[in-house]
Amino acid sequence: MKTDRLIGMLATGVALEHRVDPWRGMSVAIGFGALCSTLLMLKLIPLNPDLDKILLVPGFLQKLGFSAAIAVVSLMVVIRLSRPGASLGSLWQALSLPVVAMWLLAAAVMFAADPDARASLFFGKTWKVCPLLIAMLSAPVFVGTFWAMRELAPTRLRLSGAGAGLFAGATGAVVYCFHCPELDAPFIAFWYLLGMLIPAFIGALLGPRLLRW
Amino acid sequence: MSTERLQELLIRGLDGDSRAYGEFLSGLSGHLRGFLIRRLSGFPSDVEDLVQETLLAVHTKRHTYDRRYPMVAWVHAIAKYKLVDYLRARGIRDALNDPLDQVDELFSDTAAEAIEARRDIMKLLDQLPAKQRMSIVHTKLEGLSVEEAARLTGMSESALKVGVHRGLKALAAMVAGK
Repeated sequence: MKTDRLIGMLATGVALEHRVDPWRGMSVAIGFGALCSTLLMLKLIPLNPDLDKILLVPGFLQKLGFSAAIAVVSLMVVIRLSRPGASLGSLWQALSLPVVAMWLLAAAVMFAADPDARASLFFGKTWKVCPLLIAMLSAPVFVGTFWAMRELAPTRLRLSGAGAGLFAGATGAVVYCFHCPELDAPFIAFWYLLGMLIPAFIGALLGPRLLRW
Repeated sequence: MSTERLQELLIRGLDGDSRAYGEFLSGLSGHLRGFLIRRLSGFPSDVEDLVQETLLAVHTKRHTYDRRYPMVAWVHAIAKYKLVDYLRARGIRDALNDPLDQVDELFSDTAAEAIEARRDIMKLLDQLPAKQRMSIVHTKLEGLSVEEAARLTGMSESALKVGVHRGLKALAAMVAGK
């Protein structure tokens, strides 16, 4: 078939074609995903019973701020990666900022603590379940973000998959904050980050297969 | 044609000017062909297939173009993606010894002379579900207005628009070997 014929077909009636709003799918996916994730949390693992007492405690605000900052920046990464030719620019630095800040805080807490108390600051009471629960709560946003990205045009598939996974993981962590009893920086800096990296890793594995177009 | 002119045509096309959009696609196809002839020197018969696949991708993904940014970077990223995908699917690695990151490379050459593509996208239309196929045939091939096509097929206008959109997406996916 001659290319001119294809061009003729594509150009004819272009004004009549359904117009895609590039970010509608993403908004739906995120809203619906976050809602499902919250319901999943309420159903499977209860809200922290002391939530009203810790809401304004620095440790709670730190972990919420840490998770939310990564969620916001990784969403910007996802949006950039979904447009062909858009570079990540300074988003790499922006993404490392909350991590570095949290690690410095954790190091300061560990340094100031009594050596005997350090293990419990790091492991808390829930280290065994924390990363897995965060990964589980990330599932709805993970599915939604992949679905939305398929409507767009990511060209770096592994990185896009990782970005989508990290965004899902960070959203899962935000939701998990409202269940999790841990408030110490060393715990958050390691186990929360690990929980976010699980879906990021799965996303990197699945990206080339699921995001291909 | 200058890249500024191409970008202007693309934007008019996105706003619904089908003549400008056709000119954009024609101009782009010359650049794509020149770029792919150089990059696929060992596989001349695949060039036109890939030109068409890339044009279809540009069309079905046109909502991802952000007009605040240059068209060249957007088109280059799509062309590069399609070329790398093509090479990977065939297990070819050495064609990529030179990095593909020069955005200008795509627009440095033009080859207007098109050979016949091996694959016939029009034949793939037959594999689409009836509603998608009819929507495309009436509005994109016969050039009917949506009202006329709606009267002819008994489909609603919005169903026709969605049918065209889904049908072209399905065609693009078939061409991409999915």
